[in-house]
Amino acid sequence: MANQAMPNPSFVRQEMLPPLDPPSSQTGAVKWLRENLFSTWVNAGLTVLALAAIYVVLSHFVPWVLHGVWDASSLGECREKVAASFGPDAVGACFAAIKDRWHQWVFGFYPPELYWRPTLALALVLAALAPVLFTSVPRQMLWLTFVTPFLSVWLLWGGSIWGPVFTMVAFGILGAFVMMFSDRLGGITTSIVAILLVLALFLNPVGIVISIGNAVLSLFGLIPWTPLGFLEPLGNAAGWIFPLVKNMAALFHKIAPIGIQEVASDRFGGFLLSITIGMTAIACSLPMGILLALGRRSDMFLVKTLSVGFIEFVRGVPLITMLFTATLLLQYFLPPGTNFDVILRVIIMVTVFSAAYIAEVIRGGLAALPRGQYEAADALGLNYWQAQRHIIMPQALKISIPGIVSSFIGLFKDTTLVALVGLLDPLQGITKIVRADITWKGLYWEPYLFVGFIFFIFCFGMSRYSMYLERKLKREHR
Amino acid sequence: MTMATSVPKESFRLSMLLYDTRFRSYTIQIVVLILFLAALGWLVNNTVQNLAAKDRTFDFGFLFNRAGYDINPHLINYTNDDTHGRALLVGLLNTLSVAIFGCIFATILGVAAGVLRLSSNWIVARLMTVYVEITRNVPVLLWIIVTYVALAETTSPPSAFKITPDMVKEGIAPEASMHLWSSVAITNREISIPAPLVRHSLGSIDFGLFSLSLDFLAFVALLVASIAVSRWLGRRATRIQEETGRRPLTWPLRAAVLILPVVALLTAQGFHLERPSMWKTDTNGDYILVDGTGQELVDANGLALPDAEGQRITSGFNFRGGIPLTHAFTALLVGLVFYTGAYIAEIVRAGILAVSRGQSEAAYALGLAPQRTMNLVVLPQALRVIVPPLISQYLNLTKNTSLAAAVSFMDLKGTLGGITMNQTGKELECMLLMMGIYLVLSLIISAVMNVYNKAVMLKER
Repeated sequence: MANQAMPNPSFVRQEMLPPLDPPSSQTGAVKWLRENLFSTWVNAGLTVLALAAIYVVLSHFVPWVLHGVWDASSLGECREKVAASFGPDAVGACFAAIKDRWHQWVFGFYPPELYWRPTLALALVLAALAPVLFTSVPRQMLWLTFVTPFLSVWLLWGGSIWGPVFTMVAFGILGAFVMMFSDRLGGITTSIVAILLVLALFLNPVGIVISIGNAVLSLFGLIPWTPLGFLEPLGNAAGWIFPLVKNMAALFHKIAPIGIQEVASDRFGGFLLSITIGMTAIACSLPMGILLALGRRSDMFLVKTLSVGFIEFVRGVPLITMLFTATLLLQYFLPPGTNFDVILRVIIMVTVFSAAYIAEVIRGGLAALPRGQYEAADALGLNYWQAQRHIIMPQALKISIPGIVSSFIGLFKDTTLVALVGLLDPLQGITKIVRADITWKGLYWEPYLFVGFIFFIFCFGMSRYSMYLERKLKREHR
Repeated sequence: MTMATSVPKESFRLSMLLYDTRFRSYTIQIVVLILFLAALGWLVNNTVQNLAAKDRTFDFGFLFNRAGYDINPHLINYTNDDTHGRALLVGLLNTLSVAIFGCIFATILGVAAGVLRLSSNWIVARLMTVYVEITRNVPVLLWIIVTYVALAETTSPPSAFKITPDMVKEGIAPEASMHLWSSVAITNREISIPAPLVRHSLGSIDFGLFSLSLDFLAFVALLVASIAVSRWLGRRATRIQEETGRRPLTWPLRAAVLILPVVALLTAQGFHLERPSMWKTDTNGDYILVDGTGQELVDANGLALPDAEGQRITSGFNFRGGIPLTHAFTALLVGLVFYTGAYIAEIVRAGILAVSRGQSEAAYALGLAPQRTMNLVVLPQALRVIVPPLISQYLNLTKNTSLAAAVSFMDLKGTLGGITMNQTGKELECMLLMMGIYLVLSLIISAVMNVYNKAVMLKER
């Protein structure tokens, strides 16, 4: 019978044999090499090619870097040192140029005795960014985030302290008003009051109304008729009060002239310029992009058309043409005699350019939200802005993080284009100056390697942060 | 009995413009319209005032004036006596040539890098990751400028390629030599590549603006005809297969149809590649040789001695023949291709990863070979994901050609927005025209690519 105990025949083994080692070709390094490098003939060929390419690059690059000279006062001295240490045929980098001109690459022509100001400003900006970027930082530090932009501008450009102070107060009033009264007054009234506040704080509403009225009534200068001309004195008188911020700052500066040495925009250069333009444009382009994206998805035909037109126009032209517009054409578009800072103009153009791209990214995020989210917000009785603030935007922005950050990276890289309108960016402006200098003439690769390396650190850091943020905000499949 | 209560007729109150959602959107839109028109009016008014103050007019008449500057390279006939309008056209064509070649090469590089990054080969995949990460995180301007510096500043001048009779006598080799079997010369002025030429030319038609080579036309026409015949053969084979269940062997015939007529035409016309060279020649075009003592082997008339044995010598200051490519063009193209290729690699990788594994497994289960699985199952689905971002990369590349300004390449920005603008002082007109042209270019590219996108899009019912 089957289940009857069988006697143990002598030919049946009683205990298990110890397992044998796997064949040598199926284990360890050999197996890994076979699977990953030489699985097929094509793969083997590719491996050999890749190894050859790596060897060619490294055999030139590694000795060049290792033989690099960090202490020298000219390219000739660099070459002598390399020849003395590694033989006459050795090649070696001359990093001494970077060490020698480090300050110029970082600060441009900023006055050397004032280097502490941009450094302090950068430290402040980093501290102010911490609570925005990482939730583990105490929330109280958000105050620093609010103060820092104004403080940094003051530190960088210098001048009277009252301008930044009153601009900050004005933004504070505006922000506080919107936060405290928007729920009570409703969207429309809040917007109207906010617009009036902006007009009164930063512009001269009376003057603007008069000049636009004149322009429209005279059919843009076609007929020599300025019917509101008699109001000009009123506009000028209003100029004593409006713009409130500017006049208050001037008044206080007369009473208590507190200020630090002014630094003109043409002294800015190098990474200071790149970071100033990049940071400001990044900070301003996100809100503008959100508004444009909302405008593009709006039900109102006119708002939608204007947003679409604006976005498509900006995305259709190269950034360079916009930068040239900023430097060449603004003198035509602004009232005669207006002239404002060239860095500010460039920042505005870069911001506008980037905002159009960010708007498209956010529009993608908005489109990816299920319709139910909008309906649920309506069902809860939230008005448009409340729904956007509490339901829609948090989700849409989360979806768009990779796109937004890659737009930011693109923006930061694009700050190098300002060289084409005559600003001293690190890649072209400063590098050209250094390479044209008689002591460093003949230097080819070191400046570009250095500038590229710094840009790489910034951009790679941003993309890693975006991955961290995506992981942190992930709510599904935890 | 129930009666429908009639809705009480509401009288219109002014406050409804703000608080009634039926009217509110109109109120907002009217306000926006007024603000927009006011801003527009303000801008136009300022412009009019500024132009009047500078005593300038707004007109495009300058486009018909003499330009007076040279443009290199120019794809259509152009001398400095031509008009600014024609200079604009030359610049636009230069922009387009960089954009078109750039898109083609960037696609090839990007697809290769994207596919290789997914390869099972560990080292190749890592290498491609390094390429993509390094390239994407550094400004494109850096790649363009570095390429330009490498080409224009670290290469030898044409004089380094010279072989004089004295050098032959003393047995000195020239400092620099040409590449790729003496067919490509890289000097600090330009890169000269071989030019395709025919001995028995059919002539060309001169359209005034440009002249069209009939040889090229004949070549293209023959190629199109061959492709048409080959496709007809393929369709015929399919028809026979559907009728009889047996597909006739067509590929030898199709290959012959594709290759033979073109080869026949080229041979009949005496097709050859003209290499750039600095060789000294006599009036017959024969190379002049020197013997070991540096003595030129020529007869009394200065003509090269036939059947003489010796070494060729050079004359002149630059390479002649072949196609000269300016370094600005090459640097711009290489920089843009290298940079955009990395972005396209990421797009291709994402597209292939987006096709779920089950799709290819199902195809294998149905018995499809790997090649057909790729062509019939994976690629059509991956393309749907790939094409839209690819369009925007093409747009970016086209817009980035304006970085030509950094290496002084004469594109649209260099001609219209550069020398023409500086000469005529018509900043407003030039910039607006230039923006308009770029805008139209972008719109055309996105329109064309959207049509293609529609064709490969998922057909939903």
